[in-house]
Amino acid sequence: MSVNQQTHTGPPYGQPQPGYQGYQQPAYGGQPLPGVPHSQYGVYNGPMPGYQQPVPPQGSVRAPSTSGTSLSSGHLGYSPFGQGDVQNGIPASTAPMQRPPASQPFLPGSAPVPVSQTSMLQQYGPPPASVQQLSNHMAGMTIGSTSTSAPPPAGLGYGPPTSVPPVSGSFSATGSGLYTPYTASQGPLPPSVSQGLPLAQPPFSGIGPSSYPPTTGAPRPPTMPGPPLPVQTAAGPPTSQPNHVSSPPPPPSTLSGPYQGPPMSGLRGPPPPTHPPQPGYQMQQNGSFEQVRGPQTNYGGAYPGTPNYGSQPGPPPPPKRLDPDSIPSPQLNELPPQQKPRHRIDPDAIPSPIQVIEDDRSNRGSEPFVTGVRGQVPPLVTTNFLVKDQGNASPRYIRCTSYNIPCTSDMAKQSQVPLAAVIKPLATLPPDETLPYLVDHGESGPVRCNRCKAYMCPFMQFIEGGRRFQCCFCSCVTEVPPHYFQHLDHTGKRVDFYDRPELSLGSYEFLATVDYCKNNKFPSPPAFIFMIDVSYNAVKSGLVRLICEELKSLLDYLPREGNMEESAIRVGFVTYNKVLHFYNVKSSLAQPQMMVVSDVADMFVPLLDGFLVNVNESRTVIISLLDQIPEMFADTRETETVFGPVIQAGLEALKAAECAGKLFIFHTSLPIAEAPGKLKNRDDKKLINTDKEKTLFQPQTSFYNNLAKDCVAQGCCVDLFLFPNQYLDVATLGIVTYQTGGSIYKYAYFQLETDQDRFLNDLRRDVQKEVGFDAVMRVRTSTGIRATDFFGAFFMSNTTDVEMAGLDCDKTITVEFKHDDKLSEDSGALLQCALLYTSCAGQRRLRIHNLSLNCCTQLADLYRNCETDTLINYLAKYAYRGVLNSPVKTVRDALINQCAQILACYRKNCASPSSAGQLILPECMKLLPVYLNCVLKSDVLQPGLEVTTDDRAYIRQLVTSMDVAETNVFFYPRLLPVTKADVDSDSLPAAIRNSEERLSKGDIYLLENGLNIFVWVGVNVQQGLIQNLFGVSSFSQISSTLNTLPVLENPFSKKVRSIIDMLQVQRSRYMKLIIVKQEDKLEMLFKQFLVEDKSLTGGASYVDFLCHMHKEIRQLLS
Amino acid sequence: MATYLEFIQQNEERDGVRFSWNVWPSSRLEATRMVVPLACLLTPLKERPDLPPVQYEPVLCSRPTCKAVLNPLCQVDYRAKLWACNFCFQRNQFPPAYAGISEVNQPAELMPQFSTIEYIVQRGPQTPLIFLYVVDTCLEEEDLQALKESLQMSLSLLPADALVGLITFGRMVQVHELSCEGISKSYVFRGTKDLTAKQIQDMLGLSRPAVPVQQGRPLQTQEQPAISSRFLQPVHKIDMNLTDLLGELQRDPWPVTQGKRPLRSTGVALSIAVGLLEGTFPNTGARIMLFTGGPPTQGPGMVVGDELKTPIRSWHDIEKDNARFMKKATKHYETLANRTAANGHCIDIYACALDQTGLLEMKCCANLTGGHMVMGDSFNTSLFKQTFQRVFNKGFNGDFRMAFGASLEVKTSRELKIAGAIGPCVSLNAKGPCVSENELGIGGTSQWKICSLDPSTTLAIYFEVVNQHNAPIPQGGRGAVQFVTQYQHSSTQKRIRVTTIARNWADAQSQLQHIEAAFDQEAAAVLMARLGVYRAESEEGPDVLRWLDRQLIRLCQKFGQYNKDDPNSFRLSESFSLYPQFMFHLRRSPFLQVFNNSPDESSYYRHHFARQDLTQSLIMIQPILYAYSFHGPPEPVLLDSSSILPDRILLMDTFFQIVIYLGETIAQWQKAGYQDMPEYENFKHLLQAPLDDAQEILQTRFPMPRYIHTEHGGSQARFLLSKVNPSQTHNNLYAWGQESGAPILTDDVSLQVFMDHLKKLAVSSAS
Repeated sequence: MSVNQQTHTGPPYGQPQPGYQGYQQPAYGGQPLPGVPHSQYGVYNGPMPGYQQPVPPQGSVRAPSTSGTSLSSGHLGYSPFGQGDVQNGIPASTAPMQRPPASQPFLPGSAPVPVSQTSMLQQYGPPPASVQQLSNHMAGMTIGSTSTSAPPPAGLGYGPPTSVPPVSGSFSATGSGLYTPYTASQGPLPPSVSQGLPLAQPPFSGIGPSSYPPTTGAPRPPTMPGPPLPVQTAAGPPTSQPNHVSSPPPPPSTLSGPYQGPPMSGLRGPPPPTHPPQPGYQMQQNGSFEQVRGPQTNYGGAYPGTPNYGSQPGPPPPPKRLDPDSIPSPQLNELPPQQKPRHRIDPDAIPSPIQVIEDDRSNRGSEPFVTGVRGQVPPLVTTNFLVKDQGNASPRYIRCTSYNIPCTSDMAKQSQVPLAAVIKPLATLPPDETLPYLVDHGESGPVRCNRCKAYMCPFMQFIEGGRRFQCCFCSCVTEVPPHYFQHLDHTGKRVDFYDRPELSLGSYEFLATVDYCKNNKFPSPPAFIFMIDVSYNAVKSGLVRLICEELKSLLDYLPREGNMEESAIRVGFVTYNKVLHFYNVKSSLAQPQMMVVSDVADMFVPLLDGFLVNVNESRTVIISLLDQIPEMFADTRETETVFGPVIQAGLEALKAAECAGKLFIFHTSLPIAEAPGKLKNRDDKKLINTDKEKTLFQPQTSFYNNLAKDCVAQGCCVDLFLFPNQYLDVATLGIVTYQTGGSIYKYAYFQLETDQDRFLNDLRRDVQKEVGFDAVMRVRTSTGIRATDFFGAFFMSNTTDVEMAGLDCDKTITVEFKHDDKLSEDSGALLQCALLYTSCAGQRRLRIHNLSLNCCTQLADLYRNCETDTLINYLAKYAYRGVLNSPVKTVRDALINQCAQILACYRKNCASPSSAGQLILPECMKLLPVYLNCVLKSDVLQPGLEVTTDDRAYIRQLVTSMDVAETNVFFYPRLLPVTKADVDSDSLPAAIRNSEERLSKGDIYLLENGLNIFVWVGVNVQQGLIQNLFGVSSFSQISSTLNTLPVLENPFSKKVRSIIDMLQVQRSRYMKLIIVKQEDKLEMLFKQFLVEDKSLTGGASYVDFLCHMHKEIRQLLS
Repeated sequence: MATYLEFIQQNEERDGVRFSWNVWPSSRLEATRMVVPLACLLTPLKERPDLPPVQYEPVLCSRPTCKAVLNPLCQVDYRAKLWACNFCFQRNQFPPAYAGISEVNQPAELMPQFSTIEYIVQRGPQTPLIFLYVVDTCLEEEDLQALKESLQMSLSLLPADALVGLITFGRMVQVHELSCEGISKSYVFRGTKDLTAKQIQDMLGLSRPAVPVQQGRPLQTQEQPAISSRFLQPVHKIDMNLTDLLGELQRDPWPVTQGKRPLRSTGVALSIAVGLLEGTFPNTGARIMLFTGGPPTQGPGMVVGDELKTPIRSWHDIEKDNARFMKKATKHYETLANRTAANGHCIDIYACALDQTGLLEMKCCANLTGGHMVMGDSFNTSLFKQTFQRVFNKGFNGDFRMAFGASLEVKTSRELKIAGAIGPCVSLNAKGPCVSENELGIGGTSQWKICSLDPSTTLAIYFEVVNQHNAPIPQGGRGAVQFVTQYQHSSTQKRIRVTTIARNWADAQSQLQHIEAAFDQEAAAVLMARLGVYRAESEEGPDVLRWLDRQLIRLCQKFGQYNKDDPNSFRLSESFSLYPQFMFHLRRSPFLQVFNNSPDESSYYRHHFARQDLTQSLIMIQPILYAYSFHGPPEPVLLDSSSILPDRILLMDTFFQIVIYLGETIAQWQKAGYQDMPEYENFKHLLQAPLDDAQEILQTRFPMPRYIHTEHGGSQARFLLSKVNPSQTHNNLYAWGQESGAPILTDDVSLQVFMDHLKKLAVSSAS
């Protein structure tokens, strides 16, 4: 996140209007044509005028520059895209023109009809009112704007609106009404803010109260403009971030200054009161939305769009979209336009994730992040930065929701900001960062505190000349073992401080002694067991052959310990359908031997010697086996499979071999054969949105839970590759995988040609990646807080130890902390995450990560040191777990409510006093609404049209072990205009926001979310580009069934492919490439990922959601 | 009574039958007073090189409850073409094919010399013989290697079209699929879990798949042969394959920790073998051949735990009811044995180990199915190797000396009823008018199933005379018994052997001397011994001895000649003279004495005792002792300690052991190496003579006896010393002076003492 916002915000408010307008259009789908519509935006600045269509010009330019250079321009730019291109797409240019007009007329009377939304009707009822509503909304929307306008606006607002209505068509009217007030009120503010680009600041541009309307559904336009009041303020640069300054070059200098100071000095000190004055502040946090009075009620009715949040509205919209034609957009667009015309919130004026990311990247990407200082907020996950470990763990290992923890639980409760750390203990580091050093404390094992057993770390205080040390967690004093004694220097530091990683670094490893091993025996090297479904489906699809072929080469790439020549991991093979086949591949055999176990009711391992072998020793036998497996089952007619016994078999094999290990299970169907763990098809879409929906996420039998427990006890990690052609109950099958720290990969309707690359890449990576076994993780904290809750793929048998049969470099555990006492500002809070695991060579180790955090007595400090991405990671996991036990709606409401409380608390305690109608967001959390909305719209919490029950269960489990970077891109996908890419440089083109209106018909875009990559091709893309990229001569010839881009020798093709490769490399899974042609059927799917837009199934658009949040906050405040 | 001896011998040679009484007491009451029951030893398939089988169906009596086979004893009306059944007196028409018979043109079955006749009949499909090897892999490397070689060798001995299968077991049980190319495939079962036949067949994919119903019929029929053939293949097709497979057999790979026995799933392995055959080839000739090198240590049928520190049960434990697994295991194997028998298959047990292997528990598998039981110290001994090889010996006409799935039916004339049988058979529960209510051995039936038998297999069949005292049998009346044995010949032909015998009735009161003279004391001894041993299986040893003693005393009272209360006056006629001596040795034999024998050994001995023919049985009861010396040609000597002289070489044959014992002097000479000196070549010959004779015995006996070569004072001399009558012991040594013989250190009574007591009791008026 870039700091910039602060500055920007300021200005925007002032000129919020622009922002609004933007919104309107986009939301609606565009009214008319690309070209024309813009005009409205243009108006913004001059409120009314702006709206009017007149000023279309620049549009395009702006779009790119999200943040907003000049307000006006920005709007223009966007509008075209949004409305014209995307939405109208179909209608084509001609239509647009007309529509607008048409629509306007409708507004009053007709409007309702087209839209169909009942709610709308009401609104319309009071035609005049329409404006007001808009205003309300708008008001709410205004973000970041510095000072709110005086309340009066409300009154005014209404007034105007009424009058406006007639004008409806013209935005200007409403807008103006609203705007004016703003300007007035803001007047003062602007100055400060303005520096940046006052108007443009997209981030938070205040939203003209008026515009509002319709963002989402088109319909809502009507109501009143009321909003005049808006926004106010807060522009102060966000807290500590130095960057602020930079971004908005000369932000209110004074203000900014203080904030920037990493420390917080200025800003913090000043309690609430200060804020108002400080523009900087407000800016950061941003956006204050004003609501018009009566807003609440209005919302209800008025925001049809909003409905999504609450359940009510939701329903209506979807139906429409569902139109069979799949061309819903046009329709919607058409209708909505009429109403939209009203005022909208300018999307550019609300906080932009893209901007935040860009700013952070430019501000913090250049210099290394040095971890020596307590409580530093690290750069965003989207920023490339180098970490220098000087005593705290790298953010690659641990990220926190806040780096400043409230001293008391009351404060924490008041703020509602969850205190959580997202820990990725075995994270892969970039090549230029050093791996944790391995420390050997000898036979007595690592030096630990006597009482709390915390491991030696940089925060331990040596006393009495070094003879003892005081624990930084529990304050207990422990004797220093003689062999570890060292003198202290004059500052109280040990002389060998720099020689010992455990005294000077945040992350390091200890070599564990036998006391840390199961049964007091050093572990043997782990084993990998490949278990292949050879039922009819798997054989017919060519899967079995593919796997066998791949394994032949893959076995040479088993993970190795650093400098070892060959992997210590042993391998074993099992195939199965209704029965299991084990293979003896002992090196002394001329031919592999197959052993069939049909007693699936009581699984056991038929052989010991020869089942798990060293690859090199048994190579010829293994190759022979892999050659024969596909042949042996080529004629199989067996369609039924078992599953429970397969895992049991692997488990038993590991037990027999007395080692930990990992099972790679390749499975195709619901296990309906008679055996333990047999499942039935219980998929029932009718359960969605009922109280029983949760059962879809729960396992249908407890068998697998028990099995998982056994697996964990043995250190048997299960990775599952699924190739379903129909429902196979991921929720149940995945239980063991999930609880043993394994990964699930799912390839629905697997076809060799299209999916083999993806599967093979995943398989390769999965086999090769660094992994630890039989792991136990314990998080210790300073007295005062305590780890209370854990999220991720693991099993817990007690309340403190996270047990994982396997833990790989991609797995993340999110830990929540709660107060159980007070913390002190002086000593701060410490976390120590200790992970005991067996390395891939069978070495028992302890990996320690330490992190020191600040503690605060002022809420402002908390808000200033938050990290929204981490917060979202936590919230998503929390919610995804919630759906197991509560109706999805309850979970969604709880999420919204918590975020509203967080923001309300800020508003109440930290933001400068301002009009209630203003939405003010903390700088660090200004993306919270947009991200939260994405979470709410995700398939788990709000299933899309074609999302299956399995998909939801799959994603639910997937997200639970994602790290912050993954959740970030998963919830807010990255959208890259590749046609804008510089063919000659290595860099990626600048990302754009996920909204249809940002797409241009003439461009090609990539959208990636960690699971899929879409290549979206506009209808108007130059033939040359198409030729270069796809090797076909026209748009219509592009095959949407392609799953890779053809390899063509031209710069553009190379560039795009290299971008895709680059993206693939960054993700832990190989993403599925889908070519989407504009206006093609697949576009529906694609649009699901344009998360700022209203979704087809009722997910709110960003703007609508922002309004809704504002409403919620206001409710809380009042 | 040379005539009777001849008669008996003749009968035995012709019909394979020896009766305890060859003239039968004509009333029930008197028969019971004879003490030794009317019974016979029957060798159903006694080799008859001189008897060519006839190629047609036997002619049966038309009475449904009778169905006796036409025989030389029947009265035939050649003119009317009628014959009268000599059992039920039904008059029967000859079948059309017999239209041409006349006094001069008789079918074979009417000729007196064909009192035993064999028919070859065409019935049902001929299925090849099946040999299913069940092999223990928890062996020492050396043992396993030897066993593998034996098995590989055996492939060449099997009939070419025989089906073979292989199951191996250790901790797990593996059923090997023999049909696959390339990769060798086996189905594995956990050794701890008993499975029903249905489960086994399901898991092996042998059950008729439900799926084929949907598919075309032709497909189904094609598939079916393939199903069972996966595990059982004709030898000629897969002998290479199987040889390799056997060659690759590894010792059970599961680690055996110190102080533990390997986990051996014999019970489950057998269960699977039985289930496999049950599902695929019911009622066809099949041998399950179990090769085991130790006791079952897990799962159903386990005999001992895997902790070495708890030894396997001993007789002592069993008496103390301290054998925890015995009952359960026995029950498991019994169930299996009965199933196997019901399917007409048999189970052989080849147990080679120094310690016990659980034969006690498993014995019924062999006993009830007619299978072999072989006990040895190691598979790497000639004892096992040759015995195993001998299983596949061929008879005089080139046929394997084995037959399968036999059923023996006994028919009697109405004065007799059938009390039971003792031998390697199971009851077929065929009730009928000729079945007695009093059971001796396996009774309550007139038919038994003998799943496997060879030419020497001998059953004891017991009868009861039911003729009432007041319904005298007319003078010259004869009682008849017909034995009908249907079986599958090793050539897979179905055959029926019919033996019909008749004996005279005699009134015991007026003609006791006839009856007495026709007493076959050898047969009687064996028949009584079988009863005793049969009882010993279920009763306490002492009870059985007491019963035997009482029977002996009663017999002596009945047939001895004496003055009351005067032991010295006691005399027995020649036809009874040896009987007490047999009983004396029987009482000391391992069949009734468990002291010094492990339960396994007892089971082993009893197993063989219950199936061998009369000669072998007598050897078992009273071993034969030959003496070799410079004083003359080899001669049989008394089985007595007095026969043990320094200048003699003794050769003892106990059936189970062949002991060559060098007397003290001989042993010294041998040590001195005289035999190597040319001038003492006669000594060399003397040493060699018993060896040659032993070799002869070794060659022919099945199972191969343990061969022991020992000398005076050698530890192995105990085998001899334990058998001889302890006429000289440490108790009476001085009384006998320095005369001769070797004292036996035992408190057992000697034959002399035994006889004295017997006389005393026999003449006592009290009893």
